[in-house]
Amino acid sequence: MITLTINRRPVSVPQGTLLLKAVEEAGITLPSLCHHDALAPYGACRLCMVMITAPYRALVASCTYPVEEGLVVETDAPEAVQARRLALEFLMSRCPRSDVIRKMAEKEGVTASRFGMPSTEQTDELCVLCGLCVRVCRELIGAAAIGFTGRGSERRVGAPFDFQSDACIGCGACAEVCPTGAIQMEDRGNQRILRAWNTRITLSACPECGRFFTPEPTRFLKKMLPEIETYWEVCPDCRRQKTSRQWLNAQ
Amino acid sequence: MKIKTPSDLEKLRDQGQCMLSPQKPRVSVGMATCGLAAGAGAVFDALRQAADNLRLDLTLVSAGCIGCCQEEPLVDVRMPGFGRVLYARMTPEGADRLIRSLASGELPHENALAYIPEEGSDTPKSAEVLSGLVPINALPFYAKQHKVILRNSGLIDPQSIEEYAARGGYKSLLLALLQLSPHEIIDEITRSGLRGRGGGGFPTGKKWEVCSRAAGTARFIICNADEGDPGAYMDRTVLESDPYAVIEGMTIGGYAIGASQGYVYVRNEYPLAIDRINHAIERSTECGLLGEDILGTDFTFSIQVIRGAGAFVCGEETALIASLEGGLGEPRPRPPYPAVSGLWGKPTLINNVKTWASVAAIIRKGPEWYAGIGTKGNAGTAVFSLVGKVANTGLVEIPLGLTLEEMIQGIGGGGLAGKRVKAVQTGGPSGGCIPADLFHLPIDYASLTQAGSIMGSGGMVVMDEDTCMVDVARYFLRFTMEESCGKCTPCREGARYMYAILTRIIEGEATPEDLVLLEEIAMWVKEASLCGLGQTAPNPVLSTLRYFRDEYDAHVREKRCPAGVCRALIKLTINAERCTGCGLCLRECPVGAIRGKKKAPHIIDPDLCTHCRTCYDICPEKAVEIVR
Amino acid sequence: MPLIAQPDHPPAGAVLARLHQIHSAKGYLPEADIRAAADDLAIPLSRLYSAAAFYSAFSFQPKGRYTIQVCLGTACYIRGGDRLLEKIETLLGVKAGETTPDGMFTVETVHCLGSCSMSPVIRVGEETYGRLKVNLVGRLFKKYRPGEPGQKGVEEQGT
Ligand SMILES: Cc1cc2nc3c(=O)[nH]c(=O)nc-3n(C[C@H](O)[C@H](O)[C@H](O)COP(=O)(O)O)c2cc1C
Ligand code: SF4
Ligand code: SF4
Ligand code: FES
Ligand code: FES
Repeated sequence: MITLTINRRPVSVPQGTLLLKAVEEAGITLPSLCHHDALAPYGACRLCMVMITAPYRALVASCTYPVEEGLVVETDAPEAVQARRLALEFLMSRCPRSDVIRKMAEKEGVTASRFGMPSTEQTDELCVLCGLCVRVCRELIGAAAIGFTGRGSERRVGAPFDFQSDACIGCGACAEVCPTGAIQMEDRGNQRILRAWNTRITLSACPECGRFFTPEPTRFLKKMLPEIETYWEVCPDCRRQKTSRQWLNAQ
Repeated sequence: MKIKTPSDLEKLRDQGQCMLSPQKPRVSVGMATCGLAAGAGAVFDALRQAADNLRLDLTLVSAGCIGCCQEEPLVDVRMPGFGRVLYARMTPEGADRLIRSLASGELPHENALAYIPEEGSDTPKSAEVLSGLVPINALPFYAKQHKVILRNSGLIDPQSIEEYAARGGYKSLLLALLQLSPHEIIDEITRSGLRGRGGGGFPTGKKWEVCSRAAGTARFIICNADEGDPGAYMDRTVLESDPYAVIEGMTIGGYAIGASQGYVYVRNEYPLAIDRINHAIERSTECGLLGEDILGTDFTFSIQVIRGAGAFVCGEETALIASLEGGLGEPRPRPPYPAVSGLWGKPTLINNVKTWASVAAIIRKGPEWYAGIGTKGNAGTAVFSLVGKVANTGLVEIPLGLTLEEMIQGIGGGGLAGKRVKAVQTGGPSGGCIPADLFHLPIDYASLTQAGSIMGSGGMVVMDEDTCMVDVARYFLRFTMEESCGKCTPCREGARYMYAILTRIIEGEATPEDLVLLEEIAMWVKEASLCGLGQTAPNPVLSTLRYFRDEYDAHVREKRCPAGVCRALIKLTINAERCTGCGLCLRECPVGAIRGKKKAPHIIDPDLCTHCRTCYDICPEKAVEIVR
Repeated sequence: MPLIAQPDHPPAGAVLARLHQIHSAKGYLPEADIRAAADDLAIPLSRLYSAAAFYSAFSFQPKGRYTIQVCLGTACYIRGGDRLLEKIETLLGVKAGETTPDGMFTVETVHCLGSCSMSPVIRVGEETYGRLKVNLVGRLFKKYRPGEPGQKGVEEQGT
């Protein structure tokens, strides 16, 4: 275990814990958009900034900083508060329609952004470029169907050539993980539409209930877990029902 | 021929010696990119043509950069028995005349700049023949220089491994492989006090130590040649002029940390550097100085050149590694540092071109020798590209600790065309502008940092009274905006907004509150960004705000640009008394705003004029005036 | 471990080298070649596409026969590189990033060509020209496109 000081109180956490988690352990919530426990540390949104005062004095992104013995952290240092507020102000001006960001900003005491961008075409923007969708698709699913395009202020997320990603398996993990709801997944008939990726996936009908579902993720799961006997060929809903029925019967 | 033993190397060296001082004239032209830009290609062709015509038997060499780029195209002539003479500002016609003289056994006076003393010999005969000619190190430009990294630059044929060997090349590798243990090499580098020349100034020995101790099986060496700072060309020149020095340094590094593969990541805009280093790698491999069983030992080391693709951020070490791995050049948080977890997660030793080029010199001459150059904590020499509004532009290598004054007024010869020097920008987009009244500061890591700039990789851009500091700050923010990878919020959004404020300022539309906001955002970007690019991007703004606040105030409060640069805040007129009516401006004005009859004073139509200052720049009579 | 197993990564630098190879063979990066390259290198298309779209050396649009790189590095900028660019844009009738209708020239800006001592500098194709002045560029282009409106009587620099 490692002992560090957070806001003048000692906290003990296992070695290798990220500072963001240690701060949570201490009962303090920091704003954060780009961190996900299941993904590698990334440190892009810079919302989770805290001040460390020992072993040296610096502002650090807590989500990429592994704890160390004797670390002294102040989440309420004026510089840290100011850094978080400015990041939120800028994200608010980037995505003025996002409720998630507005609420997060309010919690940090920011109600309005001073940095209204002159360009009007950006007002519908919801993406904060946290990269969670790209990383979940690459690191966890392994489909790597989407990626970043361009750089600097031109950076965006999208499918290759902004068009129908052949690698997309329609699992919807990106839509699930997106913190701001920038990715909408819609099923229409036998089509699953991911507008953000200009991508459509053709669904299969469930042999049990006739509802449409995408068999691709199941196929991969089946390959990963061949030892588990389950109803792989039906839709997830029917699978759940069948499995529970089987279990009840066994009881 | 494979070099396996000390006597093999001796043979290579002898061959090189014969090439450097042949029994016939040796004419070498500075053909690095800077020389080529000045027209060295045509001079080279003219020399060959003239020699062919006169059937003059000579060795014609295309060499690297000798440093005083201002005087380019440069031709270095060695007549047997006369020593070496450097000819400056050559033209194809001059080249023709030069060959004629040489053919009749004479050294011409025309265009002679200085003679180059040869090691261990007295005043050469050329100095007697060409009376009044000084040795090159007596020129103000060279007087205070000390060449370690550029020890061979411009003096040898960069393609020739023999000539490199003749100047002591590969002695260090021999010493390292046959007589020193990896640990002893690291110790020597540590004791030399060498610090990374890529900008950060991290102690090189310490980095090697950490890397050699890091856990892992494979290890890699990387040479960072992604020189991205605009207005700087040190690394390009080293690769183009003395590629073997970099290779030798990397090979020694590979032996010291136990790596068998090295990479040179070269900036895309440097095609000639890529050719030269590739050629040098091929030759070294042929000679058994790269590849398997180097110098008859069981040490194996290869080097591969990787061409960058136009992204400044790839100079940052973690982004460079990401780019090598085939991803986009996006930095990641450190630690872990590359020395512990770099390419493919393996310990990776990454150093700058100039750092690598210093290694062989240190091993050969000893750490004490190196530590004796420069000042305490700032050992050795550093290369600077002295450019901008300065009389003598060029590549300069100085012992650290020389003052900015000695650099800019002494070596650089002061302002351009008698203009007053106002500031110097060091460290590129990560650095700052240091005002002329601080030119007493020594050039070392701490002093420049304290002054709000950084030592950086060696860019030194001189600015004079005609340079607007607000415009310069905006220029750098635009650079950051275009080169930021866009990963983290402060750099991506902050730089864009700072650029927007600076644009308002130069357009005369900013308020005093904008200045407060500008500073607030700058501090945040500096402290909250993920990588060095964002963390240093505000420096040009912060340093100009610190030293040239009056210029900001003039723009904001008086809507005036004191330097006469910002288009929205100036007007141009033609002084009728000076105008001779030559019509040059009339032809060159991009919007056709100038009218006038031949030989009569011209006038500028204020409604059409876009204040681009083209006429101001080109008027031979200096008749165009800026109303500020 | 991701759900879908990943093949081994290609060797260091292979992705950049492949993109450079396509770009210099075709003059740009055609979609079909990128798709084929992703298959060859056994990397996800999204990864190759992201890389291609990140670097400013690569273009998805065909370029002109000669690329004119106007240096806007610091040294060139403060010695009038921006005005050189304006002049070139007026002369050729295109903006930076565009190609002339006859497909001869693509105008680009770069942040330093490494010849700062010769500023301002431009590169046309493989040739670098230093110490340029606005009144010299017209004549320079004539060399590449006879008939280009340029001025006489001023000596050009460079080769
Ligand atoms: C934005 C950015 C750009 C950089 N560009 C370069 C560069 O062009 N060349 C270089 O050697 N180092 C560059 N560096 C520094 C490298 O990250 C690294 O510290 C250096 O290559 C280490 O070598 P050294 O210890 O020999 O200096 C850059 C750093 C940052 C943050
Ligand atoms: S779409 Fe959502 S998950 Fe993806 S980068 Fe944007 S905000 Fe993050
Ligand atoms: S500071 Fe800039 S360049 Fe560095 S990671 Fe952030 S956005 Fe990218
Ligand atoms: S949550 Fe830490 S930087 Fe985004
Ligand atoms: S600034 Fe233009 S060549 Fe370097």
